[in-house]
Amino acid sequence: MESFPILSLTTFLPLVGVLFILLVRGDEETVARNARWAALWTALATFAISLLLWLNFDKTTAEFQFVEKFDWLPQFNIAYHMGIDGISLFFVILSTFLTPICVLASWTAIKNRVKEYMIAFLVLETMMVGTFAALDFVMFYIFFEAVLIPMFIIIGVWGGPRRVYSAFKFFLYTLAGSVLLLAAILTLYFDAGTTDIPTLIAHSVPPGMQTWLWLAFFASFAVKMPMWPVHTWLPDAHVEAPTAGSVILAGVLLKMGGYGFLRFSLPMLPLASEQFVPLIYTLSVIAIIYTSLVALAQEDMKKLIAYSSVAHMGFVTIGIFTATQQGIDGAMFQMVSHGIVSAALFLCVGVIYDREHSREISHYGGLVERMPKYAFVFMVFMLGSVGLPGTSGFVGEFLVLVGTFQDNTWVAMLASTGVILGAAYMLYLYRRVVFGKLEKEHLKQIMDLEPREIAIFAPLVVLVIWMGVWPDPFLSVFDATVSNLLQNYQSALSAVEPLNLAGR
Amino acid sequence: MDISADLTAAAPELFVAVAGMVMLMFGAFRGENSARFVSWLGVGVLIVAALLVLAGPVGTTLAFNGQFVVDDFAVFAKILLIVGAALALILAIPFNMREGIDQFEFPILIVLAVLGMMMMVSANDLISLYIGIELQSLALYVVAAIRRDTLRSSEAGLKYFVLGALSSGILLYGMSLVYGFAGTTNFGALASQFTAGEGASIGAVIGIVFVTAGLAFKVSAVPFHMWTPDVYEGAPTPVTAFFAIAPKIAAMVLFARVLLEPFGPLAAEWQQVIWFISVASMILGSFAAIVQTNIKRLMAYSSIGHMGFVLVGLAAGNEQGATGMLVYLTIYLFMNIGTFGCILAMRRQGQMVEDIGSLAGLSKTNPMMAAALAIFMFSMAGIPPLGGFFAKFFVFRAAIDAELYVLAVIGLLASVVGAFYYLRIIKIMYFDEPAEAFDSAPGREISTIVAVTALVTVFFFIGLAPVLTGAEAAASVLFAG
Repeated sequence: MESFPILSLTTFLPLVGVLFILLVRGDEETVARNARWAALWTALATFAISLLLWLNFDKTTAEFQFVEKFDWLPQFNIAYHMGIDGISLFFVILSTFLTPICVLASWTAIKNRVKEYMIAFLVLETMMVGTFAALDFVMFYIFFEAVLIPMFIIIGVWGGPRRVYSAFKFFLYTLAGSVLLLAAILTLYFDAGTTDIPTLIAHSVPPGMQTWLWLAFFASFAVKMPMWPVHTWLPDAHVEAPTAGSVILAGVLLKMGGYGFLRFSLPMLPLASEQFVPLIYTLSVIAIIYTSLVALAQEDMKKLIAYSSVAHMGFVTIGIFTATQQGIDGAMFQMVSHGIVSAALFLCVGVIYDREHSREISHYGGLVERMPKYAFVFMVFMLGSVGLPGTSGFVGEFLVLVGTFQDNTWVAMLASTGVILGAAYMLYLYRRVVFGKLEKEHLKQIMDLEPREIAIFAPLVVLVIWMGVWPDPFLSVFDATVSNLLQNYQSALSAVEPLNLAGR
Repeated sequence: MDISADLTAAAPELFVAVAGMVMLMFGAFRGENSARFVSWLGVGVLIVAALLVLAGPVGTTLAFNGQFVVDDFAVFAKILLIVGAALALILAIPFNMREGIDQFEFPILIVLAVLGMMMMVSANDLISLYIGIELQSLALYVVAAIRRDTLRSSEAGLKYFVLGALSSGILLYGMSLVYGFAGTTNFGALASQFTAGEGASIGAVIGIVFVTAGLAFKVSAVPFHMWTPDVYEGAPTPVTAFFAIAPKIAAMVLFARVLLEPFGPLAAEWQQVIWFISVASMILGSFAAIVQTNIKRLMAYSSIGHMGFVLVGLAAGNEQGATGMLVYLTIYLFMNIGTFGCILAMRRQGQMVEDIGSLAGLSKTNPMMAAALAIFMFSMAGIPPLGGFFAKFFVFRAAIDAELYVLAVIGLLASVVGAFYYLRIIKIMYFDEPAEAFDSAPGREISTIVAVTALVTVFFFIGLAPVLTGAEAAASVLFAG
């Protein structure tokens, strides 16, 4: 397995599917059918290959694995360098896992320009996997930014009534953050002479420069995450995007921010990270409490879930910057769990949206009478989002809170209120949509889940419960990498500590 | 003194000059309907000229008593502008036939303009620099007004001529000041004089400022950009394509050579000027383009913005900056040719349409063209992995290396603003309901060029390494001394 470029294969296999779809000829119906099947098979094959990554992954080491390196611009020390460690493995798998689900979820919902739609999703998959697998900062940036192109098209072409506004907002917000990241990359490159990520992690940046670089990184990752107050693009983008677009947005794109903090901010700029912990805590606590309250007041299901995402991501940022093993493990777990749960929640909204073409909560009520299977599925994910013990959401939030408690009890206390508020808005949503009497005339004929939808939800339900009951297969993957990261982090801090004391 | 060595060094220029006259003879004797043939002949001449440039002497060769220089920098630039001119000429052939402006003078003027540009990039003396500029400018004034029976084209030509003459005057005045205070016009002599003395006298610095202003006119950098939108809009579209590419490349390369070679020791004097015009161009290019409804005017502001980005590399004033400029210009060439190819395909009922709104729903009526134009727009916005990203990457890298952080951040943010209007075109093509379709079959030449340039833009990262190697070798020449 050593020489086989399995990671590159995972990254670029979707593009083969794109090529195939491009070559399909015939009338519109044939093209659409072939495009769907080609996209599905490509996405499934990619997922299967990415599972090989997990199977062959060595959990005992913090080194990068499946490393591939070729010279690209040798005179500039910029290389095609790919590899994954415990932090990136699950993001890669999450991307490849959600793409076939997205293709299936769009099977009947997308009726026009199916070919372009499938191409956009496959291109998106390549870019997402590439973002998490790149071990060169320039390559990372290329993939990270390139994600915008297909996502912009997906929101803008297949989105709802305000799609143009949302697509622009999404694109420009993210781009504005990212260009500052580019400036930071260039500065770092200037300082270290390379853009190779493992080398940069080992490189120690002068303390004065760290602050600025950290802020530039923050500008990009905080928008992507999204953190309060730069989260406003997210509800718009989510509401207007087609179901599958929301799934990818919530499931994978938001994780790029957290991944960025873990991969770059914390290990490369430890001093600045330590220095900015209060800022992160403040913003995250505001995010958790404020957006939870906002979520309570929403009338639109997708918007409600979007705000809940912001709140959940608040836990992630707190967890990352506690710089404790539990905190970071919890943040990682929370991201993976949220990737599945929120993606599934958007799919749940998609199911009834496809039938009724409304996302208004008041449009529904009493669905349990006509749709028992749907009610069950929705309940599992709703509870996962709430963080009920036995679901994946619990493990992540619990670990984050344990980690936070070691660092700052006030933050832990305030963050815990988010758990309660989360239960409030999710249960309230569930009650209004699913319970009650089925009185609305237009809902009397609504149909329960069809086999295709069951096929979509089954793996997600299994995962949510598996991760909640037996989280070890996931946690053990992060373990070595996270403890290594923390070791380096602490030693970087303690190297500076004596100087500070001497200065006093 | 051995004249044959001089002639060998200038062989491509001599060939182009002679070929231009032969073409003129040919056109004059064959009469009016020889335009198509003369055009293809012009393309052939340019290809041969490019081969001659490549076959030229290796390393740096001075000729004609140091008036003329052939080095890697000049060679790189000449290849770029010849390719740009040849592609623009090919784009013009079907257009001129359809629009009834297929005079044989057109290709001849283009070839002569290219000759002027080749002189410009090889100039090693203020005098030969000026001759080169004038040769290309005079040809361009005529080309701008080639559609002489329409008001807009004549207006464009006249405006271009008046403002161009003004800028030439400013340039000449600056050169005379430099000559007066430094006592020489040769680049090498100027450089050693400025290095040796205790900086420049105030007169020479004023001269440099005037030269910079004159050259800024030629690259249409803010605040000397006013002519650009009007001329772009008024001139026939293939001419606009040509204006957007070859003269810009030539003037920008010349700009770099003049500031970095003879005035290189005075970098501290001119750096702040370039810093300002770069920032101003980037900002104005981004903001002013937002409100445009005519695609050619939009491209004018877009090119002002792009020139601002190229100037970032010049403001850095280091070797990476010059490398970045050349890489930027290379990518700029392909993006622009492709975009103008698409603009040329915007026709309804045999009429050119230039309104951006007419692109509505192009992704349904003509998916290939929409995809190509979307690629160019994303690339111009600087979104990776497309070519335009690498262009920006290398100039900003140079700026960071030179510790011009403020410039880099302003530039990067301006590129976000710029992204807005590029996205607007994509939005119109992809998100809006289809308008009336364009006439089909824009011509084989145009579709081929659009397809090729789109592929180049997408897959630029593959060819990036050799382009960089070439650009680096070229840029190192300027810093050899």
